[in-house]
Amino acid sequence: MTTRITEIWVGLFVAAGIAALFMLAMQVSNLSTYNSDSGYDVTAYFEDISGLKVRSPVTMSGVRIGRVKAIEFDKQRLSALVTMEIEGEYNTLPDDSSASIYTAGLLGEKYIGLEPGAGSNDCEEISLDDSGEISIDESARNDCKPSTLQQGSEIKLTQDSLVLEKLIGQFISRFMDEDKKETVK
Amino acid sequence: MINQLQSLGHKALDFFQRLGRGHILIVDVLKGQPALFFRPRLIIQQLYSVGVLSLLIVVVSGFFVGMVMGLQGYNTLVDFGAEESLGVMVALTLVRELGPVVTALLFAGRAGSALTAEIGLMKATEQLSAMEMMAVDPIRRVLAPRFLAGFISMPLLAAMFSAVGVLGGYFVGVGLLGVDEGAYWSQMQASVDLYEDIYNGVIKSIVFGFVVTWIAIFEGYDAIPTSEGVSRATTRTVVHSSLAILGLDFILTALMFN
Repeated sequence: MTTRITEIWVGLFVAAGIAALFMLAMQVSNLSTYNSDSGYDVTAYFEDISGLKVRSPVTMSGVRIGRVKAIEFDKQRLSALVTMEIEGEYNTLPDDSSASIYTAGLLGEKYIGLEPGAGSNDCEEISLDDSGEISIDESARNDCKPSTLQQGSEIKLTQDSLVLEKLIGQFISRFMDEDKKETVK
Repeated sequence: MINQLQSLGHKALDFFQRLGRGHILIVDVLKGQPALFFRPRLIIQQLYSVGVLSLLIVVVSGFFVGMVMGLQGYNTLVDFGAEESLGVMVALTLVRELGPVVTALLFAGRAGSALTAEIGLMKATEQLSAMEMMAVDPIRRVLAPRFLAGFISMPLLAAMFSAVGVLGGYFVGVGLLGVDEGAYWSQMQASVDLYEDIYNGVIKSIVFGFVVTWIAIFEGYDAIPTSEGVSRATTRTVVHSSLAILGLDFILTALMFN
């Protein structure tokens, strides 16, 4: 009988330990927000990525839609090549979206914010007819789809992260220039 | 002068002999592990005395450590208007450092000392010699299951410590001090990484479990078979394990988080 109670206790102990590990994995860590293989990769070149890290969030309208997958330095272009993994369900982003590096809060981490473009679709055939009126060919609109970001496509419009030192430097130099002008007058 | 030199040499030789005996013992114990698959009863008995009986102190300490971190962290973070980051702070501190380290220190005090005393007393009362007389290998029969039980228990206890600590921080931070509940969990989930933080914490606790149990059974098996020898061996277990935990923690942290 005592061995039975011992065994029950040990069973409870092991179960509680595994439950604690499970809780740490699911509730405390980012496992619940981490699903890997359903996404597609998009690249972008930045002149300055200072502070951006692998696994930093990629957001659109403030909602996280992916993560930074890799950051490399491109020897030819002498700029940083950032590969982002966008989750598969967000497959309707226009291909002329722009990417900027922002900072969350004053001291917070860097993240990439995407802003949707208009979509560079040539759906509407606009032509001037004989009477000089603009005619829009509606039939073409239904067939065509706006071109979207896909696996391997590159975001052309990028804006670098703001470096505080540079910003202050610019401010000071402009301030000095204005000062000089005033003394000349 | 020569005498002092001799005593220094004697101590050094003694140290290296003990180190060598310790390594031979752990190799023998590890060799004895496969045979345990056929006698799970032995492990269950030891899991009870090593793991289940350590449960109370580990869980209670974890809860209080979490609550204290909630209080302290809140008071510090509120100055910067960053009290939403309380969850991150509590979880990272517990999962990376305090969970494995404090659990291992408690485990050395609670379970390690008990293992040493038990094995040392078996040796002092010649139970181990009696086993050898009956052609029962005491390393396989007595030491191997205790080692395995300690090795299994320690990561589980550390995980419980961290989990209960996070709940303790939640209780104080959200329940008493009014931190936003959603921010507590969501910021925690955004900042705590499964691989970088939790896996490394678990690896730490596994290493500590190995070392503490190893030191405990070696000190017991190597104890001078008198009551004084057993008491000194028990003290050494706690002191040496604690030092080993702290030293190893520094090395592991340096390897893992830079």
